[in-house]
Amino acid sequence: MEILVTGILLSGTYALIALGLTLQYGVARIMNLANGETLVAGCFVAFWLYASFAISPIYGLLIIAPAAFALNWAIYRFALRPLVNRAKNRGMLEVDSILATFGLLFLLQGLMLLSFGGEYFSYTFLAERFVLFGSAYGLNRVVAFAAAVVIALALYLFLYHTRHGTAVRAVAADPTSANLVAIDVARTAAFAFALGGALTACGGALLSTFYTFNASMGVVFTMKALIIVIMGGVGDIRGAVLAALILGVAETAVASLIDPGLTLAATYTLFILVLLFRPQGIFGRQTT
Amino acid sequence: MTAAPILSVNRAQKKFGGLIAVNDVSFDVKQGELLGLIGPNGSGKTTMLNLISGALKPTAGEIALGGKAISGLAAHHIARRGVSRTFQLVRVLPSLDAEGNVMAGAVFGHRRLWGEEARELAHRLLERVGLAGKAHAPVAAMTYIDQKRLELARALASDPRLLLLDEWLAGLNPSELKIGISLIDELRHEGRTIIMVEHVMDAIRTLCDRCVVMSSGVKIAEGGVAETLSDSEVIRAYLGDDDA
Amino acid sequence: MNLTSHEIRIGLAGAAVAALAATLPLFDQGYYLSISVNIMLYAALCTAWTLFSGPTHYISLATAAFFGLGTYSVGLWINHLPYPVLVGIAALVSASLAGLVGAATLRLSGVYFVIFTLGLAELVRQLVTWAQAKFTTRMGLYVFTDMTEEHIYWMLLALTVAVFITGWAINRSRLGFAMQVIGNDETVAKHVGIDTARAKIVLFMVSGAFIGIAGAISAPRYAYIEPPSAFNPMISFLVVIMALLGGTKRLWGPLVGVVPFTIVMDIVSARFPNHTSIVIGLAFLAIVYFIPNGVTGLIEQARAKWQARQTAVGEEKAA
Repeated sequence: MEILVTGILLSGTYALIALGLTLQYGVARIMNLANGETLVAGCFVAFWLYASFAISPIYGLLIIAPAAFALNWAIYRFALRPLVNRAKNRGMLEVDSILATFGLLFLLQGLMLLSFGGEYFSYTFLAERFVLFGSAYGLNRVVAFAAAVVIALALYLFLYHTRHGTAVRAVAADPTSANLVAIDVARTAAFAFALGGALTACGGALLSTFYTFNASMGVVFTMKALIIVIMGGVGDIRGAVLAALILGVAETAVASLIDPGLTLAATYTLFILVLLFRPQGIFGRQTT
Repeated sequence: MTAAPILSVNRAQKKFGGLIAVNDVSFDVKQGELLGLIGPNGSGKTTMLNLISGALKPTAGEIALGGKAISGLAAHHIARRGVSRTFQLVRVLPSLDAEGNVMAGAVFGHRRLWGEEARELAHRLLERVGLAGKAHAPVAAMTYIDQKRLELARALASDPRLLLLDEWLAGLNPSELKIGISLIDELRHEGRTIIMVEHVMDAIRTLCDRCVVMSSGVKIAEGGVAETLSDSEVIRAYLGDDDA
Repeated sequence: MNLTSHEIRIGLAGAAVAALAATLPLFDQGYYLSISVNIMLYAALCTAWTLFSGPTHYISLATAAFFGLGTYSVGLWINHLPYPVLVGIAALVSASLAGLVGAATLRLSGVYFVIFTLGLAELVRQLVTWAQAKFTTRMGLYVFTDMTEEHIYWMLLALTVAVFITGWAINRSRLGFAMQVIGNDETVAKHVGIDTARAKIVLFMVSGAFIGIAGAISAPRYAYIEPPSAFNPMISFLVVIMALLGGTKRLWGPLVGVVPFTIVMDIVSARFPNHTSIVIGLAFLAIVYFIPNGVTGLIEQARAKWQARQTAVGEEKAA
């Protein structure tokens, strides 16, 4: 039970990060391998706001989200759009975007290493006991989870109940047809990429309240997010949330029952199972 | 002809989600026969061809080549058993020359030749389809009919037991069409077993021994060309849909 | 086997270059030998990487995993088995891992493959660390041999030559022809009877085996092997950068990237150790935006342009 609750609490932040990536890959068709760096940047900014200005990470989201939105929009507009335009086919764009986002990954990581060094950081925020089903959990984890749920719900409402959100989903489903019904595909893609970055940064800010972080841990989170996205099915919101839950619980279970050093092995086992049996994702349907 | 059929399709079905593209289609193709597979656009002809060549796996039903089931096998296994095909939108291998394109068919398919043997066969076939002297020409710069010829030579290179032509004549101008039809006619006289999906009705009338008509995923008629094309249901299926 | 005169000429030129490279340790035993060992190591790794990633365009980040398995194979059994046997084991273990990874991912699109290999070294590292902690008492392994830097240099040179010969043999084989067809059009490849997944897996295994051997050869250099250094993910990224920088269309292309970039990285890590990530990031971006076909691609483009201009000039004169 304790494992289950800890796992679920962890999965809230995972879900946000994965939702960010699934928007970027599903709508903008860019496999953003620098996603984890956006997350780490979110961690550091939240830390900086809290340590220097005593701004609570929750209010910090109001600064972090728009900043990350703007930064990711700029990255898409100036670094990635040229690749989209020059690619002759999907395969070429895939290779180019992978290499370009690798470049961003190292560049951002290098800049953060320069500014913050390689040490681990953490800060104390709401480190109180919170009793749930007879066991105690960190209040910060519970608050982070609640905030993640609120953000994910807002995203869901936006995507499924607004005009703009429907346009985003249309581009995810089929860019050519979306173009035919007068949706500005290029703008929607840029918007989705930026929104994805904002979600990921929020995930990072929330993560920093209960997790020790350092400048070079981004890649591990990119991995996890990618696996969640693939498990859930690319561009699938419900799938990503469910996959995040599964991953969070599986990781917590392996860490507490077998060995904390084997979390990646747990992630990979899930990944292999998905690749072998449902490469199109949990809810995915084989395309014609 | 009472010989066992080369290909027998038995109640083949293909569903894409809720859409049934091919529903319960059965027919046989005998050794040396040229079967026309016709029908209006979207009637499931190309899907049927994809089921035979293994590009798609049937949802239900069985397809057998020479009495052995091939349905559900991967495309490369089916190719090695002796089914070769051309593509609706011509597909040549642009970084290889004409010789290399044809050798690709000879090296990996039903016959698996290698080295000089494959090269010689490629040259014979290039000559056979009318591309003599163009063995080292860059294929991307070839005319449309030459690319189609090249694709045919590649399909023939494996010495297939069954040849599938997917709208091989589409897009040719009248004089090219005449060349194309006589080329297929020669293949038929050599004893090749062929299924051709085609919209060019003249070609169907001149070439085919029999034809199968599909509409909305089901087989609506089968038999000799003349009587099938005058069948009232066939006429109804075509009118309004497609005036070929 | 019949060789054309062109092939014989290239073979002789290659042999001459290799022979010249082999004399290098006679001139210097210090800094230049040490950096030459690095260059030779990356030459072997990058050509082995290109063997697979060149024709398939799949970006493999599994190099560190294969390399680490190679060094570990030596570290674990150096006191029990003769060294050549260990090199063989390294090749086998790496090829097996490549086979497993390939079977799981190479049927799917390239993204899955990149992602899978991205975490592979880290996964193997976690498993090895865990197994060591559980079944042994120490964290690392000592490798004591009487091999010197020169020996390692020569072995790596021999390995690079072996990769080239293998690459040439593959190009002449059915597998090489199959890869050419797959590179042109995978659908056609399947329909002419090529088992595309198998061809890719076999090639990935060959490439992985060579990388594993490179790890085994490098093991005596480290003297003490522990998971974080043996499975250093940086190796994977450096190999990708160097190979792409040189160009992957020809097997010798990566060499053009290996020599300058190994030297640059050596200087950067000695003088600006905090800037390595930034340099790597910029290198990736430079490749994508400015030299997508590598330096050899640039040269070929320039040559094609020059030839086109020559013929144009010739035609003008004729007219």
